[in-house]
Amino acid sequence: MAVSKEQAAKFYETMCTIRCFEESVKKDFLNGEIPGFVHMYIGEEAIATGICGALRGTDLIESTHRGHGHCIAKGADINRMMAEIFGKREGLCHGKGGSMHIADFSIGMLGANGVVGGGYNLATGAALANKMVLKNDTVSVVFFGDGASNRGTFHEAANVAAAWKLPVIFVNEMNCWASTTPYRTTTAVENISDRAKGYNMPGVIVDGQNVFEVYDAAVKAVERARKGEGPTFIEAKTYRIEGHFVGDPEHYRSKDETMKIFHDTDPLKMFTKQLPKGVRFTQAELDKTLEEARQKVADAKAYAVACEYPDPSEYLTDVYAD
Amino acid sequence: MRKITFSEATREAMAEEMEKYPEVFVMGEDIARQGGIFGQFRGLPDEFPGRVIDTPISETFIVGGGVGAALAGARPVVDMHFADFIGVAGDEILNQMAKIRYMFGGQAKIPLVLRAPDGIAGGGAAQHSQSMESWFIHVPGIKVVTPSNPYDAKMVLKAAIESDDPVLYFENKVLYKETGEVPEKADEVPYVIGKARVEREGTDVTIVSYSIGMKNARAAADLLAGDGVSAEVVDLISLSPWDKETVINSVKKTHRLCLVAESVKQGGAMAEVAATVCEEALEYLDAPVLRYGAPFTPIPFAPTLEKMYRVYPEDLVKGIKGVL
Repeated sequence: MAVSKEQAAKFYETMCTIRCFEESVKKDFLNGEIPGFVHMYIGEEAIATGICGALRGTDLIESTHRGHGHCIAKGADINRMMAEIFGKREGLCHGKGGSMHIADFSIGMLGANGVVGGGYNLATGAALANKMVLKNDTVSVVFFGDGASNRGTFHEAANVAAAWKLPVIFVNEMNCWASTTPYRTTTAVENISDRAKGYNMPGVIVDGQNVFEVYDAAVKAVERARKGEGPTFIEAKTYRIEGHFVGDPEHYRSKDETMKIFHDTDPLKMFTKQLPKGVRFTQAELDKTLEEARQKVADAKAYAVACEYPDPSEYLTDVYAD
Repeated sequence: MRKITFSEATREAMAEEMEKYPEVFVMGEDIARQGGIFGQFRGLPDEFPGRVIDTPISETFIVGGGVGAALAGARPVVDMHFADFIGVAGDEILNQMAKIRYMFGGQAKIPLVLRAPDGIAGGGAAQHSQSMESWFIHVPGIKVVTPSNPYDAKMVLKAAIESDDPVLYFENKVLYKETGEVPEKADEVPYVIGKARVEREGTDVTIVSYSIGMKNARAAADLLAGDGVSAEVVDLISLSPWDKETVINSVKKTHRLCLVAESVKQGGAMAEVAATVCEEALEYLDAPVLRYGAPFTPIPFAPTLEKMYRVYPEDLVKGIKGVL
C-alpha cells in the first residue's frame, strides 16, 4: 500500500502527539495532579497509529487500560481526553471514567477497559451486529497485550469471529510484559499469533515499531474484514518501555536493558529510516511537528486544569438511560 | 382474553418486538435448531430468519457479544440456557454491561436483555436449579425482573426489550407450562419496569413475593381466607428497581409483612425488602417481619432431600397465624 508524504506526515504527527501526551500525563501524575492510575503507551505509538490509520471514522475500536494512544490515533479531542484524565466535567466521560475508562463514541472509540481481556467479546459482538443485524460494512478492532492473550475470553471471541467470518481485527501489542511477569514464563508458543491457526484465522507478525508495516497489515486486514472474509490476528512486536503503571518501581527488570531497547527501537527515531521510497522529510520538518505536538499537549493540559470538577450532585447521573 | 402458556407468552413478546424493531435479534445455545431447551423459542427462527442465532457454548461471548452488539446499535436478547451458568459470564455482566454507561459518562446505551431460566425443576440439583436474581440487585447499572405468570411474562419481556438499559429477565422453568390470560394488543397497556402489582387485596397481612414464590403467596392467602384471615398479596415483578411505595402502602394498611421466595433466604432480595420496611415504616408494623426462603445449602438431588429444600404454603400460614 503506497503511503503519500501527507499520510506519512500525519502518522508522524499522531505518534508525536501520543508521545508528548504520555510524557505530560506521566509528569502530572507524579506531581500528584492526576488521580487514580495511569499506564503509558510510550514506545508503542506506531501500533495504534498504523492500525487506526487504516480505519474509517465510523469503524469501532475496543481499547485497553494502556489506551491513550488508541484514543488519540482514532481521533479523539485531546483537550477533552486530558480533561477526563484529570477527572474534570468537560472530560470525554464527564469525569466518571478517567484514564482506564476513557471512551469517545463519537469517533468509534468504544472505550478503554479496566479489565484485561475485557474487549474481545465487545468488539466481536459489535462486529456481529454490524454484519448480521445492521447489515453494514463497519469493522471492529480490539487491541490487547500479551498478558490479555491468556484470558479465556480470547478463545470464545476468536472462535466465533472466525466461525462466522465477522469483521473484527485482533491487534496484539506484544510488549513482552504482563504487568510484572515476563511473557516467556507463562506462555509456551513462540509467537502469540501462532494461535491464530487454531481458529483458521490468518496470523500476521509485524514490527510494532514500524508504523508503515503496521499500517500495511491493517489495510489488508480491514479489506478482508469488509469483504466478509473474516477476522485477522495481527501481532505487533513491541516493548513496554515504562513500568506497568506510572510509579511502578520495576524491581523485576533492568532499567538499562529497557533503555537500550528504547534507544534501538523508538518508533519516532526510526521513522525516517522506515519511510517508503520517494518520501522524505527534513529534520526541520520533523522537529516542527514534534514541537507543535508538544504545544498542543501543553494547551490540552492548560485546558484540563482550567476545567471544573463535576458538580458533586452528578455522581447520581448516567446510571440508567431510562 | 385468550389463555396461553408462560412459554408461549415469552415467544409472543419476542415475535412482536422483532417485528417492530429490525435491530432486535436473539442468540444463545440451542435456541434456533432446537427452539430452546424448554421450547420457548420454537417457531421464531422460521419467522425471523438469521435473527435467531445458535452460538457455541461460550457464555462470555454470548453476554459480552451481546453488550458489544448493543454498543453498535442493535437490540440484542441473549439466552443463558440455565440461570446457573450466569457465573461463567460474571465479568461481562458486572464490569461491562453494568458499568459502561456510567463510566463513559452516559455516552452509551445498552439495550440488552439477558434471559435466564431459573428455579427448581425436579432433580436439577446444585448446578441446574438455582435462582440467581438476588446477586444482581446489588449491582447498579442493570435491572432485574422476575415475572410470575403468563401475562407478565409477555408484558415484562416486551418492556425489557424496549428498555435502553440492560435487563436481566429471570423466567422460572416450572412456570413455562402454566396457562393464563395474556393480552394480544399488548402495546396498549405497557408494563413499566419497577412497578409491583397488588394481586389480591386484604387487611390482616401483606404477603410479598415474585416469580414462582407467588404460588406460595397465593396458596397461603387461600388457606388463610378459609380461616377468616385476609391476606393482601403483592407481586414485586421487578426486583431492581423495586416498588417500595406499593409494599409500604400495603404494610401501612395490614401492619404485618410476610416475604417469600424460592431462592436462598440469606442475603436474598427479600432481605432488602425487609430492611427497607424496617427503615421506613417500622412504626406501622405490629409484628416482626416473616421471611421464607431456601436453606443455606446447595440444592440437593434426591427427591427426599429436594423436598426439604422447598418452602410450602403451610409454612407461611403457620408463621402468619403466629403473629396475628
